Amino acid sequence: MKVTFKIWRQENPNAKGDFKSYEVDGLTEDMSFLEALDQLNEELVLKDEKVIAYEYDCREGICGQCGVFIDGRAHGPHANITTCQLHMRSFEDGQTITVEPWRAKAFPIIKDLVVDRSAFDRIIESGAYISSKTGTAPEANSIPIPKEIADKAMDAAACIGCGACVASCKNSSAMLFTSAKINHLNSLPQGKAESSNRLNQMTYQMDLEGFGNCTNTGACEIECPEGISIKNIAEMNAAWMKQKLFG
Amino acid sequence: MHLNSKVPEGSLEKKWQNYQLKSQLINPANKKKLSVIVVGSGLSGAGAAATLAELGYDIKCFCYQDSARRAHSVAAQGGINAAKNYQHDGDSVYRMFYDTLKGGDFRSREANTYRLAELSAPLIDHFVQQGVPFAREYGGTLVNRSFGGVQVQRTFYARGQTGQQLLLASYSQLYKMIHAKKVQMFPRSEMIDLVVINGKAKGIIVRNLVTGKLERYAADAVVLATGGYSRVFRLSTLAIGCNGSALWKAHKKGAFFAAPSFTQIHPTALPQSSDAQSKLTLMSESLRNDGRIWVPKQKEDSRKPKDIPEEERDYYLERRYPSFGNLAPRDIASRAAKERIDAGFGVGRLKNAVYLDFKHAIEKFGLETIKDRYGNLFNMYKKITGIDAYTTPMLISPAAHFSMGGLWVDYELMTTIPGLYAVGECNFSDHGANRLGANSLLQASVDGYFILPNTINNYLADEIKADSPTTDHPEFNKAEKEAQTHIDKILSINGTKTVDHFHRELGKIMWQECAMSRTKEGLEKAIEQIKTLKDDFWNDVKVTGNQNEMNTELEKAYRLADFIELGILMCTDALQRDESCGAHFREEFQTDEGEALRVDETYSYVSAWEYNKGEFNLHKEHLEFEFVKPTVRSYK
Ligand code: SF4
Ligand code: FES
Repeated sequence: MKVTFKIWRQENPNAKGDFKSYEVDGLTEDMSFLEALDQLNEELVLKDEKVIAYEYDCREGICGQCGVFIDGRAHGPHANITTCQLHMRSFEDGQTITVEPWRAKAFPIIKDLVVDRSAFDRIIESGAYISSKTGTAPEANSIPIPKEIADKAMDAAACIGCGACVASCKNSSAMLFTSAKINHLNSLPQGKAESSNRLNQMTYQMDLEGFGNCTNTGACEIECPEGISIKNIAEMNAAWMKQKLFG
Repeated sequence: MHLNSKVPEGSLEKKWQNYQLKSQLINPANKKKLSVIVVGSGLSGAGAAATLAELGYDIKCFCYQDSARRAHSVAAQGGINAAKNYQHDGDSVYRMFYDTLKGGDFRSREANTYRLAELSAPLIDHFVQQGVPFAREYGGTLVNRSFGGVQVQRTFYARGQTGQQLLLASYSQLYKMIHAKKVQMFPRSEMIDLVVINGKAKGIIVRNLVTGKLERYAADAVVLATGGYSRVFRLSTLAIGCNGSALWKAHKKGAFFAAPSFTQIHPTALPQSSDAQSKLTLMSESLRNDGRIWVPKQKEDSRKPKDIPEEERDYYLERRYPSFGNLAPRDIASRAAKERIDAGFGVGRLKNAVYLDFKHAIEKFGLETIKDRYGNLFNMYKKITGIDAYTTPMLISPAAHFSMGGLWVDYELMTTIPGLYAVGECNFSDHGANRLGANSLLQASVDGYFILPNTINNYLADEIKADSPTTDHPEFNKAEKEAQTHIDKILSINGTKTVDHFHRELGKIMWQECAMSRTKEGLEKAIEQIKTLKDDFWNDVKVTGNQNEMNTELEKAYRLADFIELGILMCTDALQRDESCGAHFREEFQTDEGEALRVDETYSYVSAWEYNKGEFNLHKEHLEFEFVKPTVRSYK
């Protein structure tokens, strides 16, 4: 199978970027999308050109490091998968595939398809933890947590931090990411004590980083590889309102 | 050199306590003056960095990924073992210790293995307190399931994403300490060399992966938490960036490398489908709780699995190992699969797989229960293969997975270089010749959270008086210059073959000769082949771009240069061990039934290799079995 990749190339954060087209032949349908890019890079090396920078690590959909815009959609044409889980069988022979980095003010481009998502780390840093030191924990079964609550916390905790929610949002909002983390910790008994502080600090940091507001378009939920529900945002907003009204 | 394991006095149950009573303490005011470098931010690295920072040390933590949250601990699916005996099924610390020691085929240190089991229960308490949403019963208590190689239920899990949830908890704890300004985090930073001053580890040279520049960092101690090196096989279950370079650089600077050839081949990964493939995705071993493994009884049977009647299916694990069945340990399950595939009973397009079938489990427990237990694994399987495993059996195949081998460490987790520690998968400590499922998250966490923070003080207490090292020391100049020369050389070759080409070649040799079954002849041949490959690499590799920029091709190249040398050591290690034990199966040493034949009289030791100008000198740490008598490891 043969395709044409139209790929965003940008030397460094300050350089002006542009699309470049590359024809790649000899692909198979079983190859993953990233393996097709690997093959292209090998060909570029042999042609004495610089390789395209793109990110990945686990290549099994869990580390969250991969992620590009493919034909106008975060992580490609399917809902709820990561870029590394996309296979060439999802494309037609002869197709032109446009590949771009995440575009968001809070995610500056480093090189080619690589962006800086450290804003997410700083949101986590501002309050996504339980302030207990190693060695201070009570016996695990001493605080029962009903299955529904544990399951709900797990649903929210599944976020892999890829940034597709931001990239697919026309406002570049990080509400899905932030609310999921807040709800994970705030729904558990261990996280309750710091819940209002967590809510305030994390949303404050989110605004500080330059992410936009949520206007409920719902694109994030569709592109999110973990299917994190947009209900998380509503729940976070409700908690916020409640706090404002009742302190 | 005599390898001193520093195992403390006393009965098994008392050793860790005795150790802590005798080790030196450091008062909080002095801890602030002591700095520690942690390389790696997975469960062991993040756990160590966060905990050491809580204790008051000044910490710098490095990872090559864009964030600590990417570390490959994230990908462990199945669970984490702990001797809580919540299921009231006869579990205990001693039983867990025994299972682990036996699982490792009696090639690990009793005292370390016991400590692992001993510290497992408080670890679950710790993670629950950090907000890990472990699976729960309706009443709210914690759920357990079984895993390979044991007959009790002691595995805790968070859906099929246990590693992710534990890693994110340690990542949160780490960032809490970053926020408190007790940890400085350096993402996109890769250790390029270790700096040793007067025989002690005092710093590292790092390549900033964004600017490409070399940087220097000094500290009173260095902790390596860099994970496993199974990417030496190229195709493995590991993340693409996982590498053995930090270990290899430390090894070349004097750290002994223990049992490098003990590599676990995981029985349940997705089969390879083409040469271009970059990685093999793991399907959690927990699936073997409910899935049954089989191949057709008839060779080259091309019928669809559902058309093959029960009596024409060979449930070979249940047949060969009736008491453990589908839950036989990994090394045994992998070898059994290889045996069937090699004999012509493999299934799938390339005949390189076996079936993992959930039909009976769905009939017995209902679809909903199976979905609840493994839903995300089935989803993942569907995403990758396009196949619905609720209706068709999964295709699975063995794949390179975990490194039991690693830097030799003593009871304090210190390597043979004073001040250099190795925690988690990158050390050789608790798993012997084979690791039991769900013990890897456990070991990484216990090392990082509980052991190192209680042993490093014993070394650092003596460093308080020493001058803190600075990066203008001549040893830093030397190390940086060496690193620079190494990189310059790679960039200057400008040959005709890509790095991936060489990696594929290395992978083929290693998989052929140094994976599930090994022979003297094959290993000797492999060593020669890798040496030739090494020459070829240094004459003919081509890397484009420059050093002083983000250059992913250059990263791959210097990692591979180290993998090639490591490959030679792995084969050398496998060659010297004239016995079969655990994952190390030498065809010359097997019983009439094809099981591993251990030779305790001669090989009851840990091989520890010293680097000597491109050669390797063997040292032996003899294993004393004071409390348990090694027996033939049977799962029949
Ligand atoms: S919420 Fe979903 S899309 Fe957003 S970062 Fe998390 S996993 Fe990615
Ligand atoms: S590479 Fe890890 S999620 Fe895609």
